Amino acid sequence: MDPERKKVLERVAVSTFPDEVLERVLVQLKSHKDRSSVSLVCHSWYDAERFSRTHVFIANCYSVTPEIVSRRFPNIRSVSLKGKPRFSDFNLVPPKWGADIRSWLVMFAAKYPFLEELRLKRMTVTDESLEFLALSCPNFKGLSLLSCDGFSTDGLAAIATHCKNLTELDIQENDLNDKSGSWLSCFPENFSSLEVLNFANLSNDVNFEALERLVSRCKSLKVLKVNRNITLEQLPRLLIHAPLLTELGTGSFLQEHPACQYSELENAFNKCMNLNTLSGLSEVTALSLPALYPTCANLTFLNLSCAALQSGELAKLLVHCPCLRRLWVLDTVEDKGLEAVGSNCPLLEELRVFPTDPFDEDTFHGVTESGFIAVSYGCRRLSYVLYFCRQMTNAAVETIVQNCPDFTHFRLCIMNPWQPDYQTNEPMDKAFCAVVKTCTRLQRLAVSGLLTDLTFEYIGKYAKNLETLSVAFAGSSDWGMQCVLGGCPKLRKLEIRDCPFGNAALLSGLDKYESMRSLWMSGCKVTMNGCRLLAKEMPRLNVEVIKVDGSNESQADKVYVYRSVAGPRRDAPPFVLTL
Amino acid sequence: MESKVAYDNDLNLKATELRLGLPGTDDREEQTLFSARNNKRPLPDTSKECGSKKKSDAQHVDNETAPPTKAQIVGWPPIRSYRKNNLQPKKSDQAEVAGIYVKVSMDGAPYLRKIDLGIYQGYPELLKALESMFKFTIGEYSEREGYKGSEYAPTYEDKDGDWMLVGDVPWDMFMSSCKRLRIMKGSEARGLGCGV
Repeated sequence: MDPERKKVLERVAVSTFPDEVLERVLVQLKSHKDRSSVSLVCHSWYDAERFSRTHVFIANCYSVTPEIVSRRFPNIRSVSLKGKPRFSDFNLVPPKWGADIRSWLVMFAAKYPFLEELRLKRMTVTDESLEFLALSCPNFKGLSLLSCDGFSTDGLAAIATHCKNLTELDIQENDLNDKSGSWLSCFPENFSSLEVLNFANLSNDVNFEALERLVSRCKSLKVLKVNRNITLEQLPRLLIHAPLLTELGTGSFLQEHPACQYSELENAFNKCMNLNTLSGLSEVTALSLPALYPTCANLTFLNLSCAALQSGELAKLLVHCPCLRRLWVLDTVEDKGLEAVGSNCPLLEELRVFPTDPFDEDTFHGVTESGFIAVSYGCRRLSYVLYFCRQMTNAAVETIVQNCPDFTHFRLCIMNPWQPDYQTNEPMDKAFCAVVKTCTRLQRLAVSGLLTDLTFEYIGKYAKNLETLSVAFAGSSDWGMQCVLGGCPKLRKLEIRDCPFGNAALLSGLDKYESMRSLWMSGCKVTMNGCRLLAKEMPRLNVEVIKVDGSNESQADKVYVYRSVAGPRRDAPPFVLTL
Repeated sequence: MESKVAYDNDLNLKATELRLGLPGTDDREEQTLFSARNNKRPLPDTSKECGSKKKSDAQHVDNETAPPTKAQIVGWPPIRSYRKNNLQPKKSDQAEVAGIYVKVSMDGAPYLRKIDLGIYQGYPELLKALESMFKFTIGEYSEREGYKGSEYAPTYEDKDGDWMLVGDVPWDMFMSSCKRLRIMKGSEARGLGCGV
């Protein structure tokens, strides 16, 4: 083709799709992966994408700096940030490790004063930070804190006081200093915009009258999760003011009076016909449970993980919940309860079974492999499972995945470390081999029980879609970890504790770590020298070692490796060594 | 659990070559356990890290090769601490009122019983316990008519010396004011329940 003509055609091609149109189109894109792809097409698409992006999700707060984010994305209204490594949830990360939101808030105040939403997971947040946020961002609407620490209820008071347009306050599972419930009374008397209120994990009493008034003023309230101090008698008084509720977390479900306010409760639940999610129900008994039956017809998510139900009680309840897709229970329901799950919940996609008292084996029998098998026969659509048990067999798991090949998340926790198949006394290798071979869509896997390197050979070979792998007390040698790092093309997060993997294993992943979000290894056989070598070979990775007091000088007790464009941390505490 | 038993015995009896595991599995088990054990660092400072875990008073293990017991392994099983807190009794004052023993008499029964009110969570449990202790049924409670549907009515003597129907006042108030219980029978019971 004539080169002149080609140039003209190219110019025309670009200019027929002006940036304004492109931005209009891109605004519709919500998925981060899609946006990432779009931004890589060419410079003009990169620019159009960055101007049109309103929500940024930063999976590791140390992978990038606030400055870099604000330079690239000028129009952000909503930020999600994750901080500490996941094993910090289980006390494996010392306090004051970092992930403080402060530096981000300073940037928000300067560059995103119109910020509306902030969702934080495993970050350190102080009361001063919360107040600073409330005062710097007058349009602030939604705050969600999950598994965070460093703040107290004073910080919540600051949010309630200053955020006039607040629609969401979601305080979940945090390690906060719960001084008092007076924060709730800080919402001004004319404040009425709340749509989501979750204070289920706070332990102090709030002023009930203030709560009642708040709920009755907030006509758009859709999510209400109260703490255990709200009684069964008080609940109806809240429910009658919130007919639009789609998610309810009750307080205590214990009847103080025999049967007398039952009808009031039933009436209140009858009004809540939009409920799809129910949680709380602490101290529930067989007597108070029936009050729920009318609301259960449309329930898709039932969280009974705070309710110590017995098998019979659960069975009676589940008869009324045919639409259930997600169910969380305590292992007090035992295998019989799980049989009822299999019989009554054909649409179930997610099951989580939590242990009541992991250390007290004599009193609490919990669930076994039979319960899991029963669920798998009845709930063929099961795709997410988290199962804490004390015994398991390879044959059981093989049956389970045959029944339910669509698992995307398979998290099995056999609570005694190194426990073999209790019937054959073999390692549990065959079980996880079956999982990875059969469940081709598997994205997340947590293994347990006695496992040799064979398990990891299978994982490396078959788990083509695996993104997150959690390993504890497993494996026989470096080879195991090498297999995983050599396979699993989509691996993003690898967290390992107390396994016999050493430097050879660590260093075999050199090519892989930059395509991963992070690696955690604690209680393994990695040494400081191995870590130094890794840091030297891969300058774009942050290789951090957390030193534990009293340990051997040359051992790398806890290693955290992650990719970053921000360079080494500048706020690391003395016990975190950046190599 | 075979493995656990073998594991524990392996520690202490290795010198005397006693094994309790299944024959033929010992070597592999021992090997795997041993290699895994070698990875165990003693966990002396776990006390700093597991403030919320009341059972794991991590102490220095005397024997370096002795594996920590389950309760000593930090962060295992992997359950968040808020979940453990959830299962504790809600009201701390419940612990304080434990041990409220009151006499229970039943009309027609040859001897009295004593029960600890503090162990019950509320009226339903108490009434169930009384039913099974004395082998009778209490009727359906309603504020208007008391206990309908049986000959019996549970009553109690309160601090003022008056005989009250069980169930009228909140549980906490009942627990603090109840001096003794009496299960009335027959016409006397019906009289008390029906709007005197």
